[in-house]
Amino acid sequence: MMIEIRFSGFGGQGIIRCGLITGKALALFDNKHATMTQSFGPEARGSACSSQLVVSEDKVLYPYVTNPHILVAMSQDAYEKYYPELRDGGTLIVDGDLVKVKPDKRNIKIYSIPATRFAEELGNKIIANLVMLGFFTAVTKIVSPDAMKKALPGLVPDRFLDLNLKAFDRGYEYGKQILTSQK
Amino acid sequence: MKKITADPKGVLTGVHYLDGDFAIAEGALAAGCRFFAGYPITPSTEVAERFAERIPLIGGVFIQMEDELGSIAAVIGASWAGVKAMTVTSGPGFSLMMENIGLAAMMEVPCVIANVQRGGPSTGLPTLPGQGDMMQVRWGSHGDYEIIALSPNSPQECFDLTIEAFNLSEMYRVPVFIMTDECVGHMHERVVIPPPEEIELIERKWYEGPKDKYLPYKPDKDMIPFMVKAGDGYRFHTTGLTHDERGYPVINAECQNILVPRLVEKIKKNADKIIKFEEEETDTAEVIVISYGITSRVAIKAVQEAREKGMKVGTLRLITVWPFPEKRVKELAEKVKAFIVPEINYGQIVLEVERCAGGKASVIGVPHCGGGVHDPDIIFNAIKEALK
Repeated sequence: MMIEIRFSGFGGQGIIRCGLITGKALALFDNKHATMTQSFGPEARGSACSSQLVVSEDKVLYPYVTNPHILVAMSQDAYEKYYPELRDGGTLIVDGDLVKVKPDKRNIKIYSIPATRFAEELGNKIIANLVMLGFFTAVTKIVSPDAMKKALPGLVPDRFLDLNLKAFDRGYEYGKQILTSQK
Repeated sequence: MKKITADPKGVLTGVHYLDGDFAIAEGALAAGCRFFAGYPITPSTEVAERFAERIPLIGGVFIQMEDELGSIAAVIGASWAGVKAMTVTSGPGFSLMMENIGLAAMMEVPCVIANVQRGGPSTGLPTLPGQGDMMQVRWGSHGDYEIIALSPNSPQECFDLTIEAFNLSEMYRVPVFIMTDECVGHMHERVVIPPPEEIELIERKWYEGPKDKYLPYKPDKDMIPFMVKAGDGYRFHTTGLTHDERGYPVINAECQNILVPRLVEKIKKNADKIIKFEEEETDTAEVIVISYGITSRVAIKAVQEAREKGMKVGTLRLITVWPFPEKRVKELAEKVKAFIVPEINYGQIVLEVERCAGGKASVIGVPHCGGGVHDPDIIFNAIKEALK
């Protein structure tokens, strides 16, 4: 089974980092194949930005995302740009404070978290991406929380490792709550 | 020629999540490369960044040169000093290196050059992929010479083939090229770096005879002359001018007709040993897709779709692009209806396929000018068309 994931938002939010952390977690600690590619253009901080991950039990041959199963959107622009390619039956995960989701007749599961607000409450909005990754881990269950935490060293600055772990846990717990309340 | 295993200092044994650019640097360090000279250019800069961070810790040298002319010149010098050396660049930088690449070929200097290809011509598309330098790498410098060019399609292969590139350059005393592209360069995947004792390296043949008898261009039986290290007390001369066994210029047709054929034949005669490719379902195929680098992974989607629809499609993936696997393509041309050659340029390696097919199979290029990869549907349509 091949799963396609797109993380999107604006430059500066740590969107590429989201793909890297998740890819490393899957490839190194969850024993999956994970190919990460990124939009690599003359984008500047503030413009739409995305990283793509193809996850599989077997070797990934075609390395690009075409119709993602999961779309994470951390900005309105990114949501508008990438939502149409999300496949029917797919999952949309948004920062609910930053993205206004429009009604759609397709069968899309929607999960929302105020990731940036939670990050600010933890002391720095720069860790909103980790709050989002915790939430993503809880609701999609495609990667284990342990693997995600193991992937962090080397991908976030050492002195901020604890803060990043805290952010991850905040998002993860919120995700678990959401799942329980939906039961 | 000496076979040795890797120096543990340079080998980051373990499982990593690396992009192709970083994997090239790690492959080089594992291969014993201890000198890097380069000038940053997108999308190859990460190779240089990784070297700058890692090579000082293991006793090597990183120099950011004034430009690409200086970079390749410094690499040639370092190699003559007995050190394994490399540089990395992209499009415009590659063009600037052409003259000294010819010098490296003429002086028979082992060295490795990675080109993380972007869209061209000129400054073109700095941040977007291309495969437009595939003929330039073969023919870019003037005169007749041979080089070796490898085309990885994953970060793991960037690591593996960079080691292979060093081994080939040491074995044949020739510049060897890693012809990758922005996609593979910036793609992250799992990269397994084996323990040093499992990495087999080849070292150039060192001359060990009496100091006054050394002839730098006297070929051994395998056509490859011995090297010495500058500074070890041997007097020798090397030049880009046509030279005799002593390395001194001899400006006449006679000497030229001894030297140039050897530069070419030392690679051509060993082509079977050098060339690597991967093929699938070619024995039953009516159509074969020939591709290399990132395009080989994009083409897979089209090939799978065609097979699902019952079409008999094989694949030939070039790992070594130069020397070109002429013999194999000629054999296959006898058996198939057509070759499909998708590549991210306006038609380069397709010309080589056409030459080898010699009219026996039709050859259909699927060009893409760069800035992205093929839409697999376009490759699929070409397969369908060819089978009509």
